[in-house]
Amino acid sequence: METTPAIEVRGLDHWFGSGEARKQALFGIDLAVEAGTLTALVGASGSGKTTLLTLIGCLRTVEAGNIRLLGTELAGAPDPVRTACRRRLGFIFQAHNLHESLTAMQNVRMGLEVHGAAAMARWEEASAHLLTLLGLADRLDYLPGKLSGGQKQRVAVARALIGNPDVVLADEPTAALDRETGLAVVDLLKRLGRTRGTTTLIVTHDPRILDRADRIVTMQDGRLVDG
Amino acid sequence: MRDAVARVLGRLLGRLPVGWLQLTHNRGRLAAALAGVAFANILVFMQLGFLGALVGSIRVPYDNMNADILMVSSDMNTLADSSPVPRQRMFAALADPDVADATPLFVGKMDWKQPDGTIRSLDVFGIDPSAGAFRTPGLAASAPLLRLGDTALIDRRTRNVPPALFAAVDDGRPLEIETKGRTVSVVATISFGGGFSADGYLVVSDQTFLRLFPQRSAGAPSLVLVRTVAGADVDATVRRLRTVVPASDTAVRSLSDAIGRDRVFQTTQRPIGLIFGFGIVIGILVGIIIVYQVLSTDVADHLREYATFKAIGHHQRLFLGIVFEEALVLAVLGFVPGLAASLGLYAIVAAATGLPVAMTVDRVVLVLVGTIAMCMVSGAIATRRLAQADPADLF
Ligand SMILES: Nc1ncnc2c1ncn2[C@@H]1O[C@H](COP(=O)(O)OP(=O)(O)OP(=O)(O)O)[C@@H](O)[C@H]1O
Ligand SMILES: [Mg+2]
Repeated sequence: METTPAIEVRGLDHWFGSGEARKQALFGIDLAVEAGTLTALVGASGSGKTTLLTLIGCLRTVEAGNIRLLGTELAGAPDPVRTACRRRLGFIFQAHNLHESLTAMQNVRMGLEVHGAAAMARWEEASAHLLTLLGLADRLDYLPGKLSGGQKQRVAVARALIGNPDVVLADEPTAALDRETGLAVVDLLKRLGRTRGTTTLIVTHDPRILDRADRIVTMQDGRLVDG
Repeated sequence: MRDAVARVLGRLLGRLPVGWLQLTHNRGRLAAALAGVAFANILVFMQLGFLGALVGSIRVPYDNMNADILMVSSDMNTLADSSPVPRQRMFAALADPDVADATPLFVGKMDWKQPDGTIRSLDVFGIDPSAGAFRTPGLAASAPLLRLGDTALIDRRTRNVPPALFAAVDDGRPLEIETKGRTVSVVATISFGGGFSADGYLVVSDQTFLRLFPQRSAGAPSLVLVRTVAGADVDATVRRLRTVVPASDTAVRSLSDAIGRDRVFQTTQRPIGLIFGFGIVIGILVGIIIVYQVLSTDVADHLREYATFKAIGHHQRLFLGIVFEEALVLAVLGFVPGLAASLGLYAIVAAATGLPVAMTVDRVVLVLVGTIAMCMVSGAIATRRLAQADPADLF
C-alpha cells in the first residue's frame, strides 16, 4: 500500500540553551510514519523522545531540518499555520492537565470548541458518547477534584479525541491508567486508525502497548537507532 | 445559580465561560476580589456624594435668587469671596430696555454663639425688603418684618441647632442672636436650604446688614441681581450690559454661568473640592490594584491549563477573553454590594450632618461604567502574564 506518510521528518536537529550551555538534543532524525498506524517511541530517559514529539506537535519551532505534518511543512511556518496544524492533532500528556474548575464534559468540550460552530452543535452528545466509551458514563458532570487519577487521564484522552484528530501524540499516557483502561485506550486508538485513518505516535515502555504497536522506533542519545 | 449564569454567559460569549467557572470555583478568592471592588466603589461613591453635596450647596443661594443675570465684582470667585460692586452699575442695568428690575444684595459672614459656648457660622444676606431679591418659600410673607430693623429670618435647615429654637420662632417668640456687640432678633424661619460654606443662612434688610457690618457701605453692594422682562433674550442682554459697565471692576454673568463658575472654582481650586477629587483617585487606584492582584494571581494559577488550551489549538484571544470576562464579572458583582453599602452610608451621613448627600441615577451609571473600566484596566495589565503559558513545557 503506497500512501503519503502522515508525519515525515528529514534531517531534524534540535538544540536547547544558548552560548556555553547550548546542547544538542536531536541529531539528524529521519522518520516517516504512515497514516492510520500506531507507532511506539521508546528509548532511555533523556534520549529525546519528548523533544521529538513537541517538534512534530508544533509546540516548538523547528530550527534545522524539516517536518511535514499532514502535508504542511513546519520549518519556518508562521504562528497561525502552526495553530491551525495543532487543531488537527490530539495531545495526550503525561499529566492530565485538566482544568480544575470545569466538569469532565466541559473539559472535553474545550477540545471541540476550536473546531467551530458546526462541530459544537452536537457537543453534548459527542462528549457524553466518548466519555461513556471510556467508562465514565456516571462521571460526566464531575469536577476533576472528584475523579481518580485514571479517570482524569481518561477525560484527557476524550479531550484529545473529541475533535477527530488526524494525528494523536501521546507521551506515556498509560502511566496513570490501570491495566484494563490502558489497553482499552490503545485499542480505541488502533480502531480509530483502521476506521478513520488516525495516526498515533506514542511514547511508552509498556510492553502490552508495544505488543499492539504496528511499529516500534527506538531513540538513543538524540538519534534514531532502528525502525 | 453558578450553572444558570454559566449558561447565559455561554450564550453571550459563544464559548464556555471559563472565566466565570474559574472565579466561582475559588470562593475565597472571589470573596476577596468582590470585597475589594465593593470597597473601591464605596470610596468613590462617598467622595462623589460629598462632591455632589458641595456642588448642590453651592447652588443653594443662587437657586434662591429671583434673578436672570448677576453683576458681580470682576475678581469674584464665590459669593462670600468677592469685592463689592459700585451701585452705579445697577442704574446702568436699569437703563436697559430688557431689564425689568435690578436690586443690590449684600453678603457677609457672622458667628452665632450658642448657649453652650460653641459657634455656628451663618452666611448673612442683606436685601431690600420691598424688592423681592429672593424667591425663597415663606420669604415674601415675612419680608415686611425685616423693615422693623435689627430683625432677621433664619434658614430652618441651619445645622446643629436644637429644633425647639425654630419651633419657638414659628410660635411667635423671637430668637435673639448676639454678634459683635449687636443683637438681631430672628422673627421668622424660611426654607433656604443647607450648605457647606456655613452652618446656615440669615436674611436681613440692607439697613440691618449695614449696621451689622459697619465697614460696608450702601454704595457698594456685594452684587446686583438683575431680572429681565418676560421673553427677553438673557444672553443678548448680558452682552449688552457688558458694553455699558467697565470690565475692570464688574463682570456680567447669566445666573447659570455664575453658578457654573462658582462650582468649577470650588471643586478645582479650593482644598475641599480637591480633597474629594483626590479621594476619588485613591478609590480608583485601590480598585485597580486589588483587581489586578486577584486577576494576575488567577492567571498565574492557571498557566498550565492555558498552555494546554494553546496546545489544543486555542488562540491567544481566548485567554484575553477569559481575563476580561473575569474582570467584567468582578466589576458587576462587586458593584452591587458597593452600591448597597453606599446607599446606607449616604443615609447615615445625611442624617448625621444635614448635608444633601443623595444618590443620583447619573452617578450610579457613572460609577458602574467606571468600575467596569477600572476592572478592564486591571485585566489588561494582568494579561501580560499570559505570555508565560508555553505549551512546550507540558509534555
Ligand atoms: N526545555 C529544555 N531545556 C533544556 N534542555 C532540555 C529541555 N528539554 C529537554 N532537554 C534536554 O534534551 C534532552 C532530551 O530530553 P527529552 O525530554 O526529549 O528526553 P526524553 O526521551 O523525553 O526523556 P524521558 O524519558 O525522561 O521523558 C535531555 O538531555 C534533556 O536534558
Ligand atoms: Mg519525556
